[in-house]
Amino acid sequence: MTEPVAAGSRGDPSTGERVAAIEAVDVSRTYQLDGVSVAALRGVSLTVQPGDYVALVGPSGSGKSTLMHLLGGLDRPTGGRLVIGGRDVNTLAPPEMATLRNETIGFVFQAFYLLPRTSAVENVALPLVYRGVSARQRRERAAAMLGRVGLGHRLDHRPNQMSGGEQQRVAIARALVTEPTVLLADEPTGNLDSVTGAAVLELLEQLNAESGVALVMVTHDQEVAARAHRRITMRDGVVVADSAHPHSVHDRPPSVDHGRPATLISAPSAEPRSASGSGPGHPSGGSGGAAGATGRLPREVERPGGAA
Amino acid sequence: MRVAEAWRVALDALRANRLRSALTMLGVIIGVASVVLLVAIGTGTKQKVEQQVEGLGSNLLLVVPGRIEVGNAPVVSPLTLKDVDAVTRVVGDPDRVAVTVASGATARAGARSDFTTVQGVLETTPAVFTRSLARGRYLTGTDVDTSRRVAVLGDSVARALFPDRDPLGQQVALAGVRFRVIGVFAPLGQSLGVDRDDEVHVPVTAAQRLWGTQRVDGIAVKAPDRERIDELGERIVAELNRRHPDTEFSAVTQQQILGVLGDILGVLTGVLAAIAGISLLVGGVGVSNIMLVSVRERTREIGLRKAVGARPRDIGVQFLLEAVLLTTIGGLTGMALGVGTALLVDALSPIPAAITWWSLALAFGVSAVVGIVFGVVPAQRAGRLDPVVALRTE
Ligand SMILES: Nc1ncnc2c1ncn2[C@@H]1O[C@H](COP(=O)(O)OP(=O)(O)OP(=O)(O)O)[C@@H](O)[C@H]1O
Ligand SMILES: [Mg+2]
Repeated sequence: MTEPVAAGSRGDPSTGERVAAIEAVDVSRTYQLDGVSVAALRGVSLTVQPGDYVALVGPSGSGKSTLMHLLGGLDRPTGGRLVIGGRDVNTLAPPEMATLRNETIGFVFQAFYLLPRTSAVENVALPLVYRGVSARQRRERAAAMLGRVGLGHRLDHRPNQMSGGEQQRVAIARALVTEPTVLLADEPTGNLDSVTGAAVLELLEQLNAESGVALVMVTHDQEVAARAHRRITMRDGVVVADSAHPHSVHDRPPSVDHGRPATLISAPSAEPRSASGSGPGHPSGGSGGAAGATGRLPREVERPGGAA
Repeated sequence: MRVAEAWRVALDALRANRLRSALTMLGVIIGVASVVLLVAIGTGTKQKVEQQVEGLGSNLLLVVPGRIEVGNAPVVSPLTLKDVDAVTRVVGDPDRVAVTVASGATARAGARSDFTTVQGVLETTPAVFTRSLARGRYLTGTDVDTSRRVAVLGDSVARALFPDRDPLGQQVALAGVRFRVIGVFAPLGQSLGVDRDDEVHVPVTAAQRLWGTQRVDGIAVKAPDRERIDELGERIVAELNRRHPDTEFSAVTQQQILGVLGDILGVLTGVLAAIAGISLLVGGVGVSNIMLVSVRERTREIGLRKAVGARPRDIGVQFLLEAVLLTTIGGLTGMALGVGTALLVDALSPIPAAITWWSLALAFGVSAVVGIVFGVVPAQRAGRLDPVVALRTE
């Protein structure tokens, strides 16, 4: 299940075989909560190729954010092998992890996370600070990047002087100013209204197409997920469907779910959370196991049918 | 991250929280200012006392009954003028020997009166101690030999009794007995809160007759040279012990007095500095406290910085620099405040204050060290934060 070339990927003609941007093999992540271990990820394998556009879907609590943190080198797996930019994270010390993040990963978060009281251009330039780029160059590159996300006229605005959509554009510019190989976006439109969200999404897709940065995006929106080149569906800490490997998902033994009572699975889903994007009423929006990634209760009920 | 960059980030963070930064610094400012001020007062007092002891005259040897030690009760002197003659024989030069028999007495001139110290002395006093006259003349050998009732007034006594008249030639009543004023001392000023101009000199013979005593309280000798001053003291003490086997005598030099006073005042300065140091320490704890709050408050910022590539060290250095900036800016401000206050105190109050470079260097150094010491824990805590946990923090 660790094929070097993803189906439908745009191959590199010179080598014929491409180096994966991120490669996860049987990665797990267990949290210790008051002596009780909570398995957020239970053996996830996937490969992100340069230039990929991947949508990560799944019900709340299925481990999407946990996986994103691992893929971005913000967190370490408790089991399995994770290779980011050719480097095995298990062999890296915290400072090396930081450098790896700085060089190969760009993050976009649902809540933007801009530094308050700091101008847009300085926010965007922040990653370059940790790269030792001179102040003048930082400003130049940050300003150019803000131009690319359509905020060339907002360089010196502070976050509290900008709309949510503008703030997320600043965050996107910040993620891309280092020219990373992978852009990880965890519900990037989750805090935006649908019109603004659509514009931000368009920007992300455009940047992915233009600069070749791989885009991995968590979304609850079926339509958005349908537009991605590849869709990975998670449930209960495992990948239950990957449009790049339709068969391997079917081949995957259901052992991971084995003996697990449905109540346990549905427990995190029952948490009230603001609906983002589509409602639960589109179970047949996509193909295969990705169906109805946002429908919580309905999906729990239909899961056996959907996966089989 | 470059160091210059780290300074800028730290400064920005302080500026972003101006009021809090200022309040945090206040603790350090007060601590450093009080160290500087109190050390200045201690040093100033010590310098002034030393000046005054040295100003008494050079190569002085003071001979008194009893032991000179802090806390010893004064001894009633068994010395008489005969002993003074014996000491003079040991010294070999009558001009180098002075005596005193002193007592408080009311001085009266017309309707005015002043309670003062009357000192019975020899005519040698101005030669042994450095004492100069503003007007008139000092006592003569004849005045002493004939117990003449003449007096030389200290500056404040002269002004109290004769505010609008020339005291020379006037009569003053000392303990009811009339004396004629023949001279007025040049003013000496205050010393440790004591008015040194509040005294009246009369011939020792007249004073003894006034109080009906043969007593001499102490003998002062001006040694011919510094080298043999201790030896001379020993010979004088030996002679007095021979004459009064039941009494112990001490001969102390100015150097010894300076040493004892210096020790006392040095301890005093040290205690003052330590008290001030405690407030500096409290200021440091305040810095630590605020830095911990700051780390907690900016947990998300730390998480974000880590997400975009800040290494644990980058974050640690940033917070450490913030703490050091707080204390050093506070330290510099405190130094300025302390120096300013010390200068004001010295100029406007009778308390002397002298700025010493070591106290400034110490106060600044300590405040910088306080910043490092009290900044390390919050900085380490910030540096070690898990980025995922940090980003999740509200
Ligand atoms: N720090 C933590 N300590 C303990 N358990 C955690 C921690 N972080 C996440 N979990 C658990 O891990 C599981 C996966 O969480 P995760 O945040 O990855 O879900 P998600 O798919 O991103 O959900 P959502 O769509 O709501 O964002 C959940 O059951 C969650 O409770
Ligand atoms: Mg999530």
